[in-house]
Amino acid sequence: MTMLTRVSAILLASTCLAGAAAAQAELTFWQHGAGNPWEPRLFGQIVEDFNASQSDWKVTLQQFPQAAYNDSVTAAALSGELPDIIDVDGPLMPNWAWAGYLAPLEITEEELEGFLPGTIGRWQDQIYSVGLWDAAVAMITRKSTLEKYGIRVPTLGEPWTGEEFNAALETMKESGDFEYPLDLGMWDKVEWYPYAFSPFLQSFGGDIVDRSTYQTAEGVLNGDAAIAFGEWWQGLFTDGLVPGTSQDPADGNQAFGFRDGKYAIVWSGNWNGAGVLEAFGDDALFLPAPDFGNGPKIGAASWQFAVSAQSENQQGANAFIRFALQDKYQAMFSDASGLAPATATAAQMTENYKEGAPMAVFYDLSAAQALVRPVTPGYVVQSAVFRKAVSDIADGADVATALDAAVDEIDADIENNQGYGH
Amino acid sequence: MAATPTRLLSSNRAGWAMAAPAVGLILLFIIVPFALAFGFSFTNQRLFSPNPTQWVGTANFQQLLGVSTLTLEPERDASGAVVLDDDGQPKYPRLRSYTRNNPDYPHLQGKQEWFSFGWGDSRVFVLASDVVFMKALRNTFLFVLVVAPLQGGLALLLAVMTNQKLKGINFFRTVYFMPVVVSIVVVSLLWRFIYDGDNGLLNNVLGWLTFGAFEPVDWLGNPSTALPAIIAMSIWQAVGFHMVIWLAGLQSISPTLYEAANIEGASRWQAFRYVTWPGLRNTAVLVLIVITMQAFALFAQIDVMTKGGPVDSTQTMVFQAVERGYRKQDIAAGSVISVVLFLIVLTISLVQGYLTREKK
Repeated sequence: MTMLTRVSAILLASTCLAGAAAAQAELTFWQHGAGNPWEPRLFGQIVEDFNASQSDWKVTLQQFPQAAYNDSVTAAALSGELPDIIDVDGPLMPNWAWAGYLAPLEITEEELEGFLPGTIGRWQDQIYSVGLWDAAVAMITRKSTLEKYGIRVPTLGEPWTGEEFNAALETMKESGDFEYPLDLGMWDKVEWYPYAFSPFLQSFGGDIVDRSTYQTAEGVLNGDAAIAFGEWWQGLFTDGLVPGTSQDPADGNQAFGFRDGKYAIVWSGNWNGAGVLEAFGDDALFLPAPDFGNGPKIGAASWQFAVSAQSENQQGANAFIRFALQDKYQAMFSDASGLAPATATAAQMTENYKEGAPMAVFYDLSAAQALVRPVTPGYVVQSAVFRKAVSDIADGADVATALDAAVDEIDADIENNQGYGH
Repeated sequence: MAATPTRLLSSNRAGWAMAAPAVGLILLFIIVPFALAFGFSFTNQRLFSPNPTQWVGTANFQQLLGVSTLTLEPERDASGAVVLDDDGQPKYPRLRSYTRNNPDYPHLQGKQEWFSFGWGDSRVFVLASDVVFMKALRNTFLFVLVVAPLQGGLALLLAVMTNQKLKGINFFRTVYFMPVVVSIVVVSLLWRFIYDGDNGLLNNVLGWLTFGAFEPVDWLGNPSTALPAIIAMSIWQAVGFHMVIWLAGLQSISPTLYEAANIEGASRWQAFRYVTWPGLRNTAVLVLIVITMQAFALFAQIDVMTKGGPVDSTQTMVFQAVERGYRKQDIAAGSVISVVLFLIVLTISLVQGYLTREKK
């Protein structure tokens, strides 16, 4: 008798435990920052805090190296194994939304009031993704370097003109003090190319695709402005002003080459800003892009959070994203990485972006120059085609031929996809 | 006679059961995907897309393989003299005026220049619908033609050298075999550092050997050295594998044959030529076919080291198949390349099989 009671008590207890566990839904969250010094730690903390803050959902974080991340998501989408919460690079979002892999967020426009425009991803009038930060790039250099060679410090109101910029590079090259006057990050052969280099093309007056219709690249990617861009671009490499496509990753990564004094200027983002400030302090300068005739331009939109359409717990996924968007987490990320927090209130809580702080300038750079990459599902292909064209031109291909070939490929792809739903 | 198929199919259950796992896996991972690829190559299938898939017939193959020639006269000024460009070369009309919406040349629509050569006063332009693929095709063949004999020969040399009864010979065999066990991705990353143009190991070693007279070369950044650099590294990486196959072949040759040759007074070369080489016939066929097939599948080195650049000098067929099918989300385009590659490898295997058949 006692034996039976004991057994049934155990059975009852275990059923209750199982019941409690079942009520808590498991969610997975994929993120691209494995191998990065700060992302695993910070995302781990948000996940831990979220799991502790409520008992309905339990989020597990899985991290991937950035180079393999997008391929992993594609493979998972095809096999129906997408996680509930996905980290997505802003310009790729329309492609995933168009393909039906993402669900629109339940988070409303009102909740996102005051967020930087580059942190909100919209496709066909719905919000699909939102980020804790925006990235901005700048010509990063040292005040002392510019003073030494008598180069004017440009301002947002009066950026370097194209000629002025070229002359500055020549002066620094002739000094022989540097391996190269400028580091463009050519080693990073992934999304960096269109993100960092298409703004130069846009400043010349060209673009990757005609944004009025998103149906062709003819005339914008191979017009006179684009050819002028291509010739300037090729000159950087033939004149030995910039390390080429075979650049050693050890020199380019985290602006190490610039910090070691191999390069005078590095075209890099605010995610390397903290490291540069640590190395040079007050001497570091974050300068606007040169103006090649059509205004100075930089890219916008960084990594953002989205919810998978395959997720059975979309409510939980939205709850997690809402939780992560808190000012304190934005500030935490910004402090660790140097990226710009999404809201002004969070900015006031940070080391680098509060009023008068050394990197607050990135806010102004974004506001004055930012242009998102083409918002179209075809961007995935257009990005790869643009990447090949600028690589080929850097490696010595004929400018007009390379750009014509890129236009042909982009146009054929848009046609094959029946206009990508625009 | 009717007994044979019956026995094969019904009285051989244990045999079939044992073969089943292998047959199943081959079916699932090789035959089925290939059948799918064959089917996709006649459609406009995308990796993912809300649009329905359409049948397009042979359009993908025409787009991939289309080639034409166009002979152009140089431009002449009013007096009939040839117009020269800035470099002093004769100037030709821009090709795009023929290949874009020119009603007189409908067969050139959309084509691009692959290469050109002078023909008397005029110039012959060879145009292809898919120039990148043509370059990939050329590079792949070049890679196979260089790698197959060099890797096979070098592996044989290593095998003969390590087939001696010396103390510690296993150490050398292990050393030569080591690169095979390391992942090709890791090997490629390491060689990327070795080939670095500014301070890579290779440039440093060459500079040191020549007392600084050697000008550093940007091995992977220069269109003329990138493919040879990858060829050299690929030969080094897999040579140990084929060395082991040759070794197995060498050790299957009966020692009595060498003794007999010795008694006959054969030189070392004669012993190799008339005893070793005929004894290695079947091994040679195997090594040649395996190297050829592996060489056609060149991908990982390209993906890690150059991504097809600089200026398409290291594009290969498999790299393009992955690039298009997966990264550009155009499964149909990737499938067409796979089908063409399959046909090429099949043809070459059949020809090799015929040439190396047992002559009765």
